[in-house]
Amino acid sequence: MTSVREWIDSGRHAVAERWHNAPRWMRWAVIAAVIVFFYALPNREFYQWLGPIPTTGSNFGQVLFTVSIYVLLAVGLNIVVGFAGLLDLGYFGFFAVGAYTVAVLTSPSSDLKTLWPWLLALPVALVLTMVSGVMLGTPTLRLRGDYLAIVTLGFAEMIRVAATASDFLKGQRGFNQIPHPPGSYSDGKPIFGVLDPRPYYWLVLTLIILVVIGVRNLNRSRVGRAWISIREDEDAAQLMGVPTFKFKLWAFASGAFIGGLAGALFAGKQNFVSSQNLELLNSIIILAAVILGGSGNIVGAIVGGGLVAYLIERFRGIEFFGVELYEYRFMFFGLVLVVMMIFRPQGLIPNRRRAAEFKDRRKEVIVGG
Amino acid sequence: MDFNALFSDFGGYTITGLTVGAIYALVALGYTLVYGVLRLINFAHSEVFIAGAFAAIWGWAALGLDGNSVASGFGSIMLYLLVGALIAAVASAGTATVIERVAYRPLRKRNAPPLAFLITAIGASIAIAEAFGIYTRRRPVGAPTLVKNDVLFTVFGAEVTVVQLLILGSALAMMVALDLFINRSRTGRGIRAVAQDANTAALMGINKDRIILVVFVIGGVMAGVAGMLYDIRIGTLTYSVGFLLGLKAFTAAVLGGIGNLRGALVGGLLLGLVENYASALFGSNWKDLAAFVVLVVLLMFRPTGLLGESLGRARA
Amino acid sequence: MRQKLVRLVGGVAIAALALGGAAACKSDSGSDEASGGACDAKIAFFGALTGPNAALGINENNGVKLALDKYNKENADCQVTLVPLDSQGSPDQAPGLAQQAIDDEKILGIVGPAFSGESEAANPLFNEAGLVAVTPSATRPSLNEQGWKNWFRVVGNDLYQGPAAAWYIENELKAEKVFVIDDQSAYGAGLADEVKKVLGAKVVGSDKVQGDGKQSDFSATVTQVKSSGATAVYYGGYYPEAGLIRKQLTGAGVTATLVAGDGTNDAAYIEGAGAAAAEGSILTCPCMPAAETGGTFEEDYKALHGVDAGTYSDTAFDAANILLQGIKAGNTDRTKLLEFVKGYTGQGVAANYKFGANGDLDPESVRVFAYVVKDGKIVPAKEIPKSW
Repeated sequence: MTSVREWIDSGRHAVAERWHNAPRWMRWAVIAAVIVFFYALPNREFYQWLGPIPTTGSNFGQVLFTVSIYVLLAVGLNIVVGFAGLLDLGYFGFFAVGAYTVAVLTSPSSDLKTLWPWLLALPVALVLTMVSGVMLGTPTLRLRGDYLAIVTLGFAEMIRVAATASDFLKGQRGFNQIPHPPGSYSDGKPIFGVLDPRPYYWLVLTLIILVVIGVRNLNRSRVGRAWISIREDEDAAQLMGVPTFKFKLWAFASGAFIGGLAGALFAGKQNFVSSQNLELLNSIIILAAVILGGSGNIVGAIVGGGLVAYLIERFRGIEFFGVELYEYRFMFFGLVLVVMMIFRPQGLIPNRRRAAEFKDRRKEVIVGG
Repeated sequence: MDFNALFSDFGGYTITGLTVGAIYALVALGYTLVYGVLRLINFAHSEVFIAGAFAAIWGWAALGLDGNSVASGFGSIMLYLLVGALIAAVASAGTATVIERVAYRPLRKRNAPPLAFLITAIGASIAIAEAFGIYTRRRPVGAPTLVKNDVLFTVFGAEVTVVQLLILGSALAMMVALDLFINRSRTGRGIRAVAQDANTAALMGINKDRIILVVFVIGGVMAGVAGMLYDIRIGTLTYSVGFLLGLKAFTAAVLGGIGNLRGALVGGLLLGLVENYASALFGSNWKDLAAFVVLVVLLMFRPTGLLGESLGRARA
Repeated sequence: MRQKLVRLVGGVAIAALALGGAAACKSDSGSDEASGGACDAKIAFFGALTGPNAALGINENNGVKLALDKYNKENADCQVTLVPLDSQGSPDQAPGLAQQAIDDEKILGIVGPAFSGESEAANPLFNEAGLVAVTPSATRPSLNEQGWKNWFRVVGNDLYQGPAAAWYIENELKAEKVFVIDDQSAYGAGLADEVKKVLGAKVVGSDKVQGDGKQSDFSATVTQVKSSGATAVYYGGYYPEAGLIRKQLTGAGVTATLVAGDGTNDAAYIEGAGAAAAEGSILTCPCMPAAETGGTFEEDYKALHGVDAGTYSDTAFDAANILLQGIKAGNTDRTKLLEFVKGYTGQGVAANYKFGANGDLDPESVRVFAYVVKDGKIVPAKEIPKSW
């Protein structure tokens, strides 16, 4: 066991070393290749050569869309949890705000009957989710750690209850015929149609790349440094003159923005939004994905979100001794979380600074163990 | 808002609210104890509760009582109740111990950050709940009718039934016993010492691992008994009820001041009342919303809950 | 940070490879079966086969299996295979599964989607692809207003069942005080609204609870029913909550009769409530009692699956048979099969089928029956006279 781990570890270090010493153009080439790979992925002509990677039980393009939405959510939550160190258990609530804003403004079954096109509703949805992030953050961000966790969890649950119970939000009856994003091919057929999930996936993928660039720049700016200082020691940060509350709110609002974007995209694709989309488990899955991937690291969040969403779908259609594994997927998910945290608490691809902290912590003497 | 519904049977809503609250409070104790000692939200505690609730039902089934049976005779009913409580307490305490050993202790040895504990807790919670779900084929399991729901007496126009009295009585008795244990016994002093300052306590010769185990076991026993009381009250058990009930119990613990034993009692009863009144006023579909609104508002004005957080100074 | 990308790709590939090994074996064996017959057509069942609401889906899937079993025995040279698509009743999963069915050119028709929510999410795709979908159980009335050209329903919608339940409460139970509860689902709330409309002033109170396993403690509702003095309780929703509500009502000493719709018409309701508490409950269903379905459906079902036919087993059986008859008549592509179903008329085990222009069952064909729980079993009570 130990030797296997050492072997894997040494292999990993070797890869890391090579990556580190590779010339700049080579790194860019690898990144470009990865991006091209993911753009090509939903094409049957391409993925049919990939052996077992495409899902068998559900359409691969559709699954990729779901996966990409989870990746976007993980990138957003990573700002809140990974950068600023705020434990948010109700992140999916922002997704709900985004999806529902689009639904209310565009669907013919909405009471407003505004029937806006999707593109017009999108900015409204984004602004509203940011506002809801600030509204939730203003009273709650003064609370610390665990209290914040339960209040955010409560927030997501409140949104679910409100969506289920209020007449205006239609409960389980939901909103149907939500319009798709605009655009058409030269022959007049819409790009974002009903049947082909690929354009939606490409849209989300493009947005993920843009968001990642934005978040990365933000994280390397003064804002990012303030977040890290808050995460490491809030009191010390305050003492050094960092306006902690303002930056925590900023983290919350940026996270909410990305969550709302994911929700709006989902609504534009899915055509139908109802309270059944808002399971509390979703918030927890995304949080687990971020920490599994490596909280505080954008690449880690992407990998975590992608892997979790993909693997849950991948279980579908696999039979093992006559039992379909899909039924067991959440049990495996739970077990993987436990095992993962015991053997690799810093996540699959940790933030370098955080990984160092973990090492330090391990060395600290624990009295009476 | 339907004030008529509320005031036409105010006493009835109050009594049922207190009964629900008593179960919340028993489960909340588990959260509060663990939090007080380890500063950790034991997210998997809801599954400790579910384990006890299932164990009681299966225990009764082993004694020949299925979902359709009705027990009779005071002696045999008491016997069934005691056996059920015992099985439930053992099962829950066992589950809590396993969670401690498998999910928490390895992390503690590595001095992992709090977030890692939270994720293992969530993972353990999901895995255990799913295991029960798969085993019961996600169908509800019926509990036998042990206690006839006869009206015992009437207070202020509210009818109090045997079941309600049983639940309130046993919950209060257990809490008083726990309070005495923590404040008077030697082990209780150890728990308080670890809660105040774990490292210093360890230097003073207290076996920290043992204290932590005791805390998990006590929380498990409380949750197990709560599980059996839940079976008696609701009559049917589904694998998925633990999650929301655990969430409510945790909310109750935070309301009262997490880490504070008496706070758990106050928070639990208060939450039960709020929920039931809100159900009458706005309809049952809004009751969860009411619970969380109260929590958020309260935390804004008293950021550490009603009674403040302090297991170490529980004596005060 | 970027050096980890390499590992990322490697990791994903390894994980997928490990998982895929098993999958590869499975898909191989699947294609063997499919190539058995000359015609090589498939039909799919779309509904919940796992998850909390799986009982109805399993009933239906078994009905479809029976239809196929019979067909394949009679037409050994032209086998049709069944593809189960397990949606767990969740609209989230529906588009992916729908697309999966559409991509498989061999699939000529769908039995399902079983629930109304997933129908809203999946049918736009089927409609676009021109793949015929015959639902045996999605009873939301508004589904017929969506303009789907591919969509048919072999069962009466809630607009028939609600008034029928109200008729039973008024004329058979002779209840003057009725309490109405629903689970806020599209299905349950729709039924409850219809019941309230007909009963009017006899409704002395109402409450909404949470479905989908979100609520297990109905004490506040029970208190309301108790103080309202109702002698009949109507519940719009599915069996898990119905069982709990019945048990808790009885536990609190409320003897009012519980009346509920087809979502509760399942043995699991009695299991949840306990036989004693469930005794006497009235369950309506736009489905015929097994004894009246004629032919040997009931015996055949039991012989094949070892259990009694449940709610919607018969409508699913009929839906599958409509598709199979079309395939047998040589309609072996999607367009032809769709045209065939559109013009279909005929007698099935559950009803005499004829579709309106919107795909819904012709009102003349709808029959609603009342069932009663007696000695721990659901037995037919009587047919409710047509009021439509």
